[in-house]
Amino acid sequence: MSTTLLLLADGRFPAGGHAHSGGLEAAVTAGRVRDLETLAAFLDGRLATAGLVAAAFAAAACRGGDTSTLDSEMDARTPSPALRKASRAQGRALLRAGRTLWTLSTVERELHHPVALGVVAAAAGLAPEEAALTAAYGTVTGPASAAVRLLGLDPYATHALVARLARDCDAVARRAARVATVDELPACSAPLLDIGAEAHASWEVRLFAS
Amino acid sequence: MHPEAHTHPDPHAPLTAGARALRIGIGGPVGSGKTALVAALCRTLAADLRLAVVTNDIYTTEDADFLLRNGVLPADRIRAVETGCCPHTAIRDDISANLDACEDLEHDLGPLDLVLVESGGDNLTATFSKGLVDHQIFVVDVAGGDKVPRKGGPGVTTADLLVVNKTDLAPLVGADLSVMARDAAARRGDLPTVFLSLVEDPAATPVADWVRGLVKG
Repeated sequence: MSTTLLLLADGRFPAGGHAHSGGLEAAVTAGRVRDLETLAAFLDGRLATAGLVAAAFAAAACRGGDTSTLDSEMDARTPSPALRKASRAQGRALLRAGRTLWTLSTVERELHHPVALGVVAAAAGLAPEEAALTAAYGTVTGPASAAVRLLGLDPYATHALVARLARDCDAVARRAARVATVDELPACSAPLLDIGAEAHASWEVRLFAS
Repeated sequence: MHPEAHTHPDPHAPLTAGARALRIGIGGPVGSGKTALVAALCRTLAADLRLAVVTNDIYTTEDADFLLRNGVLPADRIRAVETGCCPHTAIRDDISANLDACEDLEHDLGPLDLVLVESGGDNLTATFSKGLVDHQIFVVDVAGGDKVPRKGGPGVTTADLLVVNKTDLAPLVGADLSVMARDAAARRGDLPTVFLSLVEDPAATPVADWVRGLVKG
């Protein structure tokens, strides 16, 4: 537990996250998320799938895993071209911020966001489980914040949902940090997030980048 | 001297002013005429400057489409940045997507003299980060009320150039330009303010001259 962890996990950290809804804008427009109850279900599903995968990759990269291997493995788990683009854009933004604050071990300009997060967390002196926790937490706070903006949901009630997910988030981070080899990296998929992201990318009018 | 510090230069260190295109931010409230001004500047400056535009409109491609439709710049010289419902965040608090867009334009098009970064329409408190742009223009219009300069706010008080736009509408909306000039001078000290009507001056001459002075300077 450290101030550095709070800094990296802070939604105000300038790493481009504010422009991404984590699939929520597509889900709202499709009518799948429309109130607190449906938002809670969306966040549950996202944490258990994209959240676990992101956390495991962040932990593996933080532990010093080969970034190019991890990046390819992340590509294999991201069938949607729109989501690949969004993940790399956020990875690039995070590497930009991380490079300004710490000394990174990589010279890559773009990596998938979870891999970049692990690299930046390691440079910041954080442990793999802390990198995993930052990743898991980000996968729920991004869409939660987007829901406040898109649906006008009560910000207290929305934060209460995130607070109720705290133990699940911790558990996902612990599980992710236990992954020891590349072969054990999880590959949980959320097909609706992939499909939604592709539809979203084709819209003429959208408020979030993804 | 610390020779080690120079042995491995960071390949992705941001280019500093001078080594890259000059970046000028254009901000202001919704409907004040930012996009029309950008289009006018492109038309006036494109002949003698290598330039590109980054737009931050909340409707993603709306502003870029306006510039394309008006034929002021080819499509590859315009990038649209999505701002996630927070236009001011994208130009001030978390500038990463805009920095990426500026850098991509220079990378893809080769050296440029000028990148205009147009903000999404926001309010009087929205200003650009110095980490994103070198200079900023704030655009207000007479139809927004002649009290706007007096209200102040960081855009009006600190922008390097204040443009009071649509002066041709002043008689129609009962705006007193002399009041706006007096209040702007009081708020801005020595910083310049120009009055503009793109109907009467489609080349946006005073603004284009100001921009040229910065690029050549």
